[in-house]
Amino acid sequence: MHNNIRMRAENVDFYYSEKKTLHQITLPIYKNKVTSIIGPSGCGKSTFIRLLNRMNDLIPNTRLEGRIFLDDQNIYEPDVDVVNIRRKVGMVFQKPNPFPKSIYDNLSYGLKINGANDKHFIEDRVITSLQEAALWDEVKDRLSENALKLSGGQQQRLCIARCLSVQPEVILFDEPCASLDPISTRCIEELIEKLKENYTIVIVTHNMQQAARVSDYTAFFYIGKLIEFDITEKIFTVPKDKRTEEYVTGKFG
Amino acid sequence: MKFKTENIIKSGFGVLAFSSLLFLFGITVILFKEGLPIFKYVKLFELIGGKLWYPTYDPPDFGILPLILGTFWVTIGAMLIAVPLGIGSALYLHEIAGYRERAILKPVIELLAGIPSIVYGFFGMVILAPFLQRLLNIPIGLCLFTASFILGIMAVPTVSSLAEDALDYVPKSFREASFALGANRWQTLVKVVIPAAGSGISTAIILGVSRIVGETMTVLMVAGGAAVIPKSLFEPVRPMTATIAAEMGEAVVGSAHYHDLFGIGLILFLITLIFNMIAEMIGRRYRLKLGHGR
Repeated sequence: MHNNIRMRAENVDFYYSEKKTLHQITLPIYKNKVTSIIGPSGCGKSTFIRLLNRMNDLIPNTRLEGRIFLDDQNIYEPDVDVVNIRRKVGMVFQKPNPFPKSIYDNLSYGLKINGANDKHFIEDRVITSLQEAALWDEVKDRLSENALKLSGGQQQRLCIARCLSVQPEVILFDEPCASLDPISTRCIEELIEKLKENYTIVIVTHNMQQAARVSDYTAFFYIGKLIEFDITEKIFTVPKDKRTEEYVTGKFG
Repeated sequence: MKFKTENIIKSGFGVLAFSSLLFLFGITVILFKEGLPIFKYVKLFELIGGKLWYPTYDPPDFGILPLILGTFWVTIGAMLIAVPLGIGSALYLHEIAGYRERAILKPVIELLAGIPSIVYGFFGMVILAPFLQRLLNIPIGLCLFTASFILGIMAVPTVSSLAEDALDYVPKSFREASFALGANRWQTLVKVVIPAAGSGISTAIILGVSRIVGETMTVLMVAGGAAVIPKSLFEPVRPMTATIAAEMGEAVVGSAHYHDLFGIGLILFLITLIFNMIAEMIGRRYRLKLGHGR
């Protein structure tokens, strides 16, 4: 596999019971780059990103055909340890979903379930993750407070910190700003910009400007098919497919 | 004209809505009015701490400790059955059962709640008690164990369906977050879902207790009815509710016995009131904790 490719989908079909929702998706995810997935509602972009860490395993009656690689390993091989995949490929969800626990416990949870029990190590990771997620200064004096008391934007950064706590290699963002105000959105975007130095990032977004601002590569999905994949700049300036052009210029959406 | 009709309808429904408040008030007043005069005959400590219940002897003994302990032990015994069964089945239904299993099991468990208590009593009296009597070779099968067992089964649907509601109430996003961090199902259940549903589950248990404490017909039929402090699981008991049901018809209105029975009713009322209030308080805190109350 190409050195700069971290993940790769190969001829992926996906079914909800008998309904085929993804058709023959083949897509590379480049290392230390931000890849955004855009497209109108119901085009399968969320379904696709959730395949990258096998989150759709939780939905009954679903089936995948094709292969998805993380480095050289097909993550859908029967003998693959899902837990291990999810540790390497973290996820931040559409709606901030901190646990109803303290800020500190939200962050220590992932470490503890993965077997960490050294108090200093955990404390260290908690602080580092909060700093990485640009939340440390706002919460350092209230780590024992319930995370649900934070504002929406802070909660989402907490979820990012929680995801970082277990040191993933790839981070999936499923419309991370869908429920946030513009200022929080900007904060998260800046954060994504910074995070790509150390992580490979995939982001699903409804918002084309956001894709244009934060991503290096863009994939355009339409009715379960990958219509076009290219460097972001090209997708937004010289798209090859007519449907891509119509979507990015706002003719439909 | 239209305005007038609307007002009539409004106040009509208002009266209906407030009528239950009126009933509650009326019942409370009567309980206190008829229950408190017992203290003309005995002191509080003699009433609650007295070990002898001979209300119709001369001189009478009004100690209700055997009755309180009867209710207490029957409740404990019943909870030992209802809590594991109820919560276990809620967890199974919620976490493990497939769609079809759930579609069958859930209505069946809820159907248990629809069986009249007299039928439970009948079952205990005719089937369980004779079986126990033969099995253990004891003089009578109507005892603390039989009452606990039957009441425990009766409380299963209450505990189970409320606990399942509580589990259902835990947002799916918590699970997803946990799985996305690399947790397995067991870790997610024990460390995220159950703590988040914890207060809802305790509410389920408390309401189960309050159902058992107040149950009358079944214990009247299967508890054996002896007003003595039980020394083993297989001795008959006489819980508070059964005592009132059995004796109220014979007590002379206005007599000490009569007031004593009302006193027992008052104590029962206070116990269930407290349990319901605790359940309500926990429920409210729980909603706040999950961020629904804001």
